[in-house]
Amino acid sequence: MNRNRLQEIIPRLVLSPSMALILIFVYAFILYTFYLSMTDSRMLPSYGFVGFENYEKLWNLRHWWRALTNLAIFGTLYIVICSVLGLFLAILLDQKIRGEGFLRPIYLYPMALSFIVTGTAWKWFLDPGIGLENTMHQWGWASFEFAWIKDRTLAIYTVVIAAVWQSSGFVMAMFLAGLRGVDSEIIKAAQMDGASNVTIYRRIIIPMMRPVFLSAFVVLAHLAIKSYDLVVALTGGGPGQATELPATFMYSYTFTRNQMGIGASSAIIMLVMIFSIIIPYLYSELKPGRQR
Amino acid sequence: MSAGKTVGVSGNRLARALLYSVLIVFAVYYLLPLYVMLVNSVKPLDEIRQGNMLALPDVFTLEPWARAWSSAQIGVQPTGLKPYFFNSILMVVPAVAISTVLGALNGYVLTKWRFRGDDIVFGLILLSCFIPFQIALIPAARILGMLGIAGTTQGLVLIHVVYGLGFTTLFFRNYYAAFPTELVRAAQIDGAGFFQIFRRILLPSSAPIIVVTVIWQFTNIWNDFLFGVSFGDFDSQPMTVALNNLVSSSGGVKEYNVHFAGAILAALPTLVVYIVSGRYFVRGLMAGAVKG
Repeated sequence: MNRNRLQEIIPRLVLSPSMALILIFVYAFILYTFYLSMTDSRMLPSYGFVGFENYEKLWNLRHWWRALTNLAIFGTLYIVICSVLGLFLAILLDQKIRGEGFLRPIYLYPMALSFIVTGTAWKWFLDPGIGLENTMHQWGWASFEFAWIKDRTLAIYTVVIAAVWQSSGFVMAMFLAGLRGVDSEIIKAAQMDGASNVTIYRRIIIPMMRPVFLSAFVVLAHLAIKSYDLVVALTGGGPGQATELPATFMYSYTFTRNQMGIGASSAIIMLVMIFSIIIPYLYSELKPGRQR
Repeated sequence: MSAGKTVGVSGNRLARALLYSVLIVFAVYYLLPLYVMLVNSVKPLDEIRQGNMLALPDVFTLEPWARAWSSAQIGVQPTGLKPYFFNSILMVVPAVAISTVLGALNGYVLTKWRFRGDDIVFGLILLSCFIPFQIALIPAARILGMLGIAGTTQGLVLIHVVYGLGFTTLFFRNYYAAFPTELVRAAQIDGAGFFQIFRRILLPSSAPIIVVTVIWQFTNIWNDFLFGVSFGDFDSQPMTVALNNLVSSSGGVKEYNVHFAGAILAALPTLVVYIVSGRYFVRGLMAGAVKG
């Protein structure tokens, strides 16, 4: 083969193993799971076609609605609190703080931990018997009560507490990078016009953070929908089904309740939720200004 | 970067003091769970039950650490976390190495050897970063079974390589996009081949992105729980799964101190990486947020 032809083929040859793996493990798998969601699979995959029956069953399950409601509560609070806290801390850290190099890594280190570790730590911290409640009692505040983790309606908020602890530092770092990128000329001009600091932040700087808000939203939203490990380690989905999320629902229906068809259909719904956020975002990110 | 930018609180002493106190309060919030784990991992069990979780130990003991490492009950066997630690190492090292090499080559092809349809290829690879893994659990279990590597470390390595490819390719693509293409063209005219150009021209200046990619992959794969619990056996289950088994084992007395020591052991490798190279870690997180 002539050298030039070879040089033309090599790049594609190099790319092909990765491409093949991704086509199989991502796209073929999606199709396969979609197909399974239309079958009567129970403990093992089976290929009796049942159409959308599993989806019908799924949407009639209280358990699934519980998981979705929990995701709505958890996802909203997680995204909003992480964003607000992240922006707040970033603005504070951007005030020429003396110990910034010392504080920033402290805010960020939880991101390096596994959700299993985070869950383990917060599980005991929130446990009324040995955790915060007990500590307050020891300190003499006998009426102090904090048993959310044992409460069916409040347990989901403990998942929010632990997840915010883990991710808010990361959002802070994103905003800090954004703030550092703001053109100081604009700010000087505004100060010259006599604008106060609060005004400058509210009217100029924060609106300029729009792309950061968007990135943070996308990252946090897809983390929220994928959340699995944290719930497993923190509450195990309980008490009862109080902290069940779609990801834990899928796992238990597929592998412990032997309802693989329903499990597969819930996975498809999760995929649809994530893609409806991610695809428009990637499209808008990659469209303009493609470098060559 | 922000030199000359003077927006924010300055001068006013009271405001400065308030600012620092808020920042310190948050530092305490982020450090508290780690502190609680650390302090209670060196207390005897009855001191935890009776005492205050925030108090320093009266009796200092390393026994919980020894138990967590080599004799605690994990599932049915009293092996401690030690074998699982090595399972994790044996899984993480090849998975990180392979996915990084493939990502580098993919990024190189996608930026310097562009072909028709390459943006579609990149789009497909990129989208794979965001899929909920629940969609892949059922078919992946089947494929690993068919390949005869179900429950083995090789199986987990394969899975982690595939689902890491999207990120590693993204990192290298964004990095190489900024690399002058003229240098590549000039080398081509001089008769250098595909791999020669990669080795001699791109690789020598790739150290920063290699560091970012390795840290990102190491952290993600080490911290993974879902794949480990779905596809791991005793001989291959990673640390996170073992930790969860240790903490949630129902029989007998709950040895909180051992749990805490175990949690720190599971967190240690990623924490060390984070402390040693936090700057790169942050950069990796940013790159992961699709900022190119």
